[in-house]
Amino acid sequence: MFEGKKVIIVGDRDGVPGPAIEKCLQTTGAEVVFSTTECFV
Amino acid sequence: MNNPVISGAGYILVHVPNIMMEAGTTQLLEKDNAKSDYYQKAFEHIRDFESALAYAPNQVYIGNITPDELNNVERPWYENLLKDPKRFGPFGEILPEDEFFGLMASSDSFDLVVLEEGFSKEIKDKLSNHPLMTEEELGRIKTGAKIQTIEELVYEHDAIPLRYNNQIVGCVKKAHDRDENLNAHTMLENTATKASAYLALKHMIKNAQIAAQDIDYIIECSEEACGDMNQRGGGNFAKAIGELANCSNATGADIRGFCAAPAHAIVNAAALVSAGIFKKVAVVAGGAVAKLGMNGRDHVHKGLPLLEDMLGGFALLIGENDGKNPVIRTETIGRHTIGTGSSPQAVIQSIVYDPLDKLGYKAEDIDKFAPELQNPEITESAGAGNVPEANYKMIAALAVRRGEIERADMTSFVEEHGMPGFAPTQGHIPSGVPYVGFARDAILQGKMKKVMIIGKGSLFLGRMTNQFDGISFIMEKNPGITQKAAKPAEDVSKYLAEAFREFADYLKTRGESDGSQ
Repeated sequence: MFEGKKVIIVGDRDGVPGPAIEKCLQTTGAEVVFSTTECFV
Repeated sequence: MNNPVISGAGYILVHVPNIMMEAGTTQLLEKDNAKSDYYQKAFEHIRDFESALAYAPNQVYIGNITPDELNNVERPWYENLLKDPKRFGPFGEILPEDEFFGLMASSDSFDLVVLEEGFSKEIKDKLSNHPLMTEEELGRIKTGAKIQTIEELVYEHDAIPLRYNNQIVGCVKKAHDRDENLNAHTMLENTATKASAYLALKHMIKNAQIAAQDIDYIIECSEEACGDMNQRGGGNFAKAIGELANCSNATGADIRGFCAAPAHAIVNAAALVSAGIFKKVAVVAGGAVAKLGMNGRDHVHKGLPLLEDMLGGFALLIGENDGKNPVIRTETIGRHTIGTGSSPQAVIQSIVYDPLDKLGYKAEDIDKFAPELQNPEITESAGAGNVPEANYKMIAALAVRRGEIERADMTSFVEEHGMPGFAPTQGHIPSGVPYVGFARDAILQGKMKKVMIIGKGSLFLGRMTNQFDGISFIMEKNPGITQKAAKPAEDVSKYLAEAFREFADYLKTRGESDGSQ
């Protein structure tokens, strides 16, 4: 479902951080164009 | 192992709505934003001191009610204010803004905080009734200046105004013409941090029943940077705070690590005491002006009061094992290492379960976990969810995966081993440390045996690394045993020889009684 798609990742420090989501997408064929982790506290 | 103990705690809050509007990052960004009417609307959402005082999470922070009791207060807490709130509590106090301006003036070493002369006198009189203020401290509040002088400083010399009841009552001046590290805004931030930490330290000294001069070392662990253009963040808040509190026998230094800094500081303090380098180490932090009103846009949009109007501060005392106070189990420190990775499972394993495994403990052996303790009323309305609850669910989920609890028991695990968040979103302030005082009391009273304090930090915000951070330690009931001096080598040999002789005699006797050889 991600093949050829461009992905923007907004992770959460106390949820799932950006790098972890990025890793999950590695084998899906998606292109991660931006990845960040936000801290709301 | 002769573990260090936590022998004192002080917690304070300061209600600072005017500083929030003047210098909080969100307000500064929104003030000149032509596309937003947030700043104008925000003034209608400011709460008064009485409302801040009666706000249940604030009463928890200073120890007047426990986190578990907060569960019995109906939400929203800002609509269900407590009926008989107290300014002072077992851990500290909630200070009003006008008195804080006086405290800032008393904390000022470079004539940068200028109060209007009438206000200065008024506030000096008011502070003279404060149970912890000494004559010397009151004497540091200067006579003040005429309002025309203050207005000139504000409108012509870049000073930041200090407002109270819609009037300018003072200002904070810049400390350099061109150095942004010493501009008026930075000096306001740093002076507020210093003054709030100083108040927390004074409460801790009183609560621990020690003299200020008993403290050997101070570790400051806030999120501010004190320095000039040649050494931004050079420090040293620790000695500046200790100087105010008359800790004349102490030296000290600052530790930085975002929100995880207090937990790092406590671990460092524990190490200094364990090594015998210092006997009494104070870990202190003041509040973060920048974070005041941080989620204000959402609060105003949703009709809430601006709940992030509180500066937080705390001070803890780490001392030698006295056989009574709860020990820090220095044998097992949870740590998120550089190689740990960022997946939630890896993070919780390294911070929570690795240290438990080392002692052979299970998750249920820990009476309470104290991770990020942000007040959910502040974060949920801003779309950031309930942070402590998210942490508890992750701890519980991993306990299920490890076969320590049943999946069906996750909710009861969270209820039993968790607590509602009650700390203001002041970065380093909510990160596990607000519970240390409660944990110490509960362990001393025999209500708990083990508590885990967890600090987490968002290092990626500094744009130097994508790394996350976390560190934890276990507080445990003091077994009442202190380390005995090691026997000299010849004594050990003597005991061994005696033991072997007794064993040989036993074998001989047994052989004679059963006829064997």
